[in-house]
Amino acid sequence: MDIIFQTWPWYVSGFLIGMIMLCLIYFGKSFGMSTNLSTLCSMTGIGKKLSFFDVDWKTQRWNLLVVVGAILGGFVANHFLSDPSNVDINPKTITQLLQMGIDAPKGKLLPDALFGNVIFESPKMIFILILGGVLIGFGTRYASGCTSGHAISGLSNLQIKSLKAVVGFFIGGLIMTHFVLPLLF
Amino acid sequence: MNALKYIVVGFVFGIVLTKSEAVSWYRIYEMFQFQSFHMYGIIMVAVVTGLIGIQIIKRINVKDIKGLPIEILDKEPGSARFWIGGICFGLGWALVGACPGPIFILLGAGFLPMLLVLIGALLGTFFYGLLRNKLPH
Repeated sequence: MDIIFQTWPWYVSGFLIGMIMLCLIYFGKSFGMSTNLSTLCSMTGIGKKLSFFDVDWKTQRWNLLVVVGAILGGFVANHFLSDPSNVDINPKTITQLLQMGIDAPKGKLLPDALFGNVIFESPKMIFILILGGVLIGFGTRYASGCTSGHAISGLSNLQIKSLKAVVGFFIGGLIMTHFVLPLLF
Repeated sequence: MNALKYIVVGFVFGIVLTKSEAVSWYRIYEMFQFQSFHMYGIIMVAVVTGLIGIQIIKRINVKDIKGLPIEILDKEPGSARFWIGGICFGLGWALVGACPGPIFILLGAGFLPMLLVLIGALLGTFFYGLLRNKLPH
């Protein structure tokens, strides 16, 4: 049972993620999580004003069910399958984070400095989280895919376009981690 | 049954991403600092598994669950969109440590501030729909 509660190794997790993608292909669908953001926008009826969202969202109902499953999975994994010793990162990384005032993981998935409920009292943190979301939503729709659609599905289907997108993800990620985060924290 | 199989796939996805800590802000930060192999290992094994699976599907013409031929569509044409959109997403990914899947998974795990990220992501998607005709693709 210990195996379940410990951090799952990369080769097990990577294999399962690949199988999830293949499963959806076998169901006649495709693996892409950011499409759901677009579907949620379409569901508001905004398609009457903006043609981009004028799609029949019911054709994406299956993908919303995947989201429902993912939410349940997150709940079960975090509440019943976790162990307080879990997230343990490189000590060098921890030292760097402490210098920026970001708390060490000590088993937690997310830092309190960004995701503790106290952030609701900080306009700066509220702004940062919304801004991060805007970049994710805008970027994934512009690039027509995120980690699941481009990095996993696209690369395994040998799409050069996906390779461009993934290189873009890394350029953006490196700029943020090395140059912008130290300015924000 | 029809709906259940998608919920089950999503459920496994949520558990795998949480248990592998791919939903962790720390893991994303560590990845972009090149201080751990963990995330690179996950992405590489997922791609290799998918690559082998897709090659098998294509070579022996595997049919889908309804018995129809499996068609894996190419991505939309364009070039600038992948670079610029990709960089925007990368900035957001490293800032909040979550891509679209983990936003939902972490909400399920009970992290309320993720709601702000989700609101932002819906706004960002809306902005793209609004500006699409003015952007280079």
